[in-house]
Amino acid sequence: MKVKVLCRNPQDYLRQRTTDIHKVPRNLDPALHPLEGPREYVRALNATKLDRVFAKPFVGSLSGHTDGVYCMCKHPTKLSVLLSGSCDGEVRIWNLASRDCTWSFVGHEGFVRGLCMNQDGSLFVSVGEDKLIKQWRYPGAGESQEDYAPVATILGKSVYLGIDHHWSKPVFATCGDRVDVWDQSRSEPIRSFSWGVDSVGCLGFNPVEHNVLATCGSDRTVALYDVRTASPLRKVVLEMRSNSLAWNPTEAFNFTVANEDSNLYTFDMRRLDKALCVHSDHVMAVLGVDYSPTGREVVSGSFDKTLRIFRVDEGRCRDVYHTRRMQRIFCVRWSLDSAYVLSGSDETNIRLWKAEASRTLGKLSGREAVAREYTEKLKEKYKHHPQVRRIARHRHVPGMVYRAAKEKRLVTEAQRRKRRNIERHSKAGTVDEPSTKKKHIVSVVE
Amino acid sequence: MYSEEAEEKKERIQAREKEQEDLAMSLGGTRDLVEKYRREKHRARLKGIGDRRLKRHLRKGEKEREQASRTAARMELLRQEVVGGLEAEGMEQTRRFRQEEIAAAVPVATAAQYFNLCLDTFGPYSVDYSRNGRCLLLGGRKGHVAVVDWRSKKLTCEFHVHETLRDVQFLHNEMMFAAAQKRYLHVYDSTGMELHCLKQHLLINSLCFLPYHFLLVSASERGSLHYLDTSTGQLVAEHKVRLGPLRCIAQNPHNAAVHLGHVNGTVSLWTPNIKTAQVKMLCHRGPVMSVAIDKEGWSMVTAGMDALVKVWDVRTFKPLHSYRSPRPALALDVSQRGLLAASCGRLVQVWRGGLRGRSEAPYLQHSLSGDGSSLQFVPFEDCLGVGHSSGVSSLIVPGAGEPNFDALELNPFESKKQRREGEVKQLLEKIPAELITLDADDISKVEQG
Repeated sequence: MKVKVLCRNPQDYLRQRTTDIHKVPRNLDPALHPLEGPREYVRALNATKLDRVFAKPFVGSLSGHTDGVYCMCKHPTKLSVLLSGSCDGEVRIWNLASRDCTWSFVGHEGFVRGLCMNQDGSLFVSVGEDKLIKQWRYPGAGESQEDYAPVATILGKSVYLGIDHHWSKPVFATCGDRVDVWDQSRSEPIRSFSWGVDSVGCLGFNPVEHNVLATCGSDRTVALYDVRTASPLRKVVLEMRSNSLAWNPTEAFNFTVANEDSNLYTFDMRRLDKALCVHSDHVMAVLGVDYSPTGREVVSGSFDKTLRIFRVDEGRCRDVYHTRRMQRIFCVRWSLDSAYVLSGSDETNIRLWKAEASRTLGKLSGREAVAREYTEKLKEKYKHHPQVRRIARHRHVPGMVYRAAKEKRLVTEAQRRKRRNIERHSKAGTVDEPSTKKKHIVSVVE
Repeated sequence: MYSEEAEEKKERIQAREKEQEDLAMSLGGTRDLVEKYRREKHRARLKGIGDRRLKRHLRKGEKEREQASRTAARMELLRQEVVGGLEAEGMEQTRRFRQEEIAAAVPVATAAQYFNLCLDTFGPYSVDYSRNGRCLLLGGRKGHVAVVDWRSKKLTCEFHVHETLRDVQFLHNEMMFAAAQKRYLHVYDSTGMELHCLKQHLLINSLCFLPYHFLLVSASERGSLHYLDTSTGQLVAEHKVRLGPLRCIAQNPHNAAVHLGHVNGTVSLWTPNIKTAQVKMLCHRGPVMSVAIDKEGWSMVTAGMDALVKVWDVRTFKPLHSYRSPRPALALDVSQRGLLAASCGRLVQVWRGGLRGRSEAPYLQHSLSGDGSSLQFVPFEDCLGVGHSSGVSSLIVPGAGEPNFDALELNPFESKKQRREGEVKQLLEKIPAELITLDADDISKVEQG
């Protein structure tokens, strides 16, 4: 007779010393793991709940300004440096890691309307309500604040409302009455654009096609220019004015505008007749927008005192940040390591938030990283189940925002119902409802 | 240019197929090995999808899952233990081998797995093993209860309840167990201290525990089926079965459905969510004495008073085989590796390969010193525990147990700290009773159309 019986040596399964970790032999055979579906569903539900428990996005605030923070500028190569300009003309340079101000000076009389830095961070330019454009050198280690003065000052003919720097050449563009393109060494603009009679509020250079410039005008247009040519490219007219604009750093033919009608519109610059996506979750005008360096998400700050993070291809927000102390948000920035979001608001503070509210900061150990990957995948797999979706979507929001959002929802539902009724009771083909992506666009002008 | 691309593509396909063959050969098996780990049995049809981004995303997901199945199949190389077995040489037959001969031929440590506990005073015994196979719980009909670590023969607790005891069942681990006594259901601690006396459960005949849902299922003489949540103490469901007294109960580990055997020869399937039976099958002429289901939920074995042991496909509810037993089998169990054990009077028969295909003769046989009343295979061991009227016997059955356990699931060698951590994790991942359906994968499916 040949017989073999299972005989386990306990030494193979028990640890030798109390300082060792326990031995954990694995067998992935599905026969040993019954009821996989329901068990994973329960784990996904628990993971979603824990997400909400650990969602503490506020990291800290940078306080020091004495009036509302109007504009911010990121340093292109240093992650911990931030420049901000306030409504009383002061410009401050902050260290984000220690959250204190390293440099401050009075830049302008009146609002500092825009700040931009050149591509290596050695020079930055500020524009203000006093019609001045000032170029400053980024302060080095041993400099004293008393002798700090601009490298060059240019007096313009009208108030400047915004500025942006070219991504490769020593060129920057300002906007106000019209769009002016300046060379760093000249005191007269090298090119001027003016299309329509109203003022231009905001502009941005394309990060990949460096010569393309997008502007938002107060005649409800978003216009595209090429700085090499004398004539503009094309523009799209929306229903309301756009306050701010940001280009997608990875898919640089796409840009997002923050509109007065509480929506954000993402456009493909090649096809301006249809928005790629309409992001609608704010209840009041959206004042600031910025892209994540991954190009997948967008942060927006609005007049309704909330900060929202949207995914580029989704119309509803992924997350909303608010505090009782934070008032109207003027500008937002996404840090270049894609982990933090900054908001500059009316009550003189700049707040630092985590981009993902429940993510632990810092390096995770091997096991923690594996566990996090597993829970992320589980949440993604079961995100459509009603219980999981209900918990994942739930956010506390200030009372005013909640009531306004409820009213907005009722109004849009009523409009949709009425339109559907008209369509149902009319002859087929006579009534044509435009899609949401085209509805808000009035016209495209070449 | 085009033909070059086509050639390159062909080469790539050939290289991939060769890699699959190599993997199959290196694992010593066929492509079936990867198939075992593949959760989706059919490839999704992505042809009709217009959205290119969605199509790309789905295709990427498919590739990742295929990679995961291959990696899981490759992990089989890391297995430490090998399945046991018994082979007869020449003219010998395996069923003629006696337990004493087998015990003499195996190492001393394993030979100690064959033992007999002579306890003739307190009547036929019910046996239950804890989920990881460490502890043995025996309950005598006349009221004797003991919890033993059967390997070291160390007695954890022993006491007498002084009334009829019909069934005993461990709960989620060896720290708590339930005893169906004369009138009520009692829950005890591993030290023998009575924790609960559940007066809502009257005249319980048999017990069964659903480990992933923390549900204690009890079948009563009055024909009602109770589902008790042992983590919260809530009675989740109480069904009036209306098919006579309920004596025979078994659970399907694959989908947590409960099978009841009735006096009129039918077997009915129950879930806590629906007030009527999900399925009723006519199995035997005469009462059904015992039901057992294999661990993966493919086959059900029923034994009736007509001395037949029948095998059914539990997914399609069709009959597969039937065997004749010398006496009606009062207890049945299926091991982790698919061996079937039946106790017919004083004889215990073990059949190998009798579920998927038909086997002509039993694999092993053993004569007990009393009439067998209850039996259970020990998880992860080549051992079978039988409770009979003269006590409890433990038999060596080579090839019954799963050799490689997954420590994150059930660990026979767990320390006290691991047991406590495991208990907390089990409670956190407790599946709500509403999710029990006959189709276990229902929750991960997408409705078509």
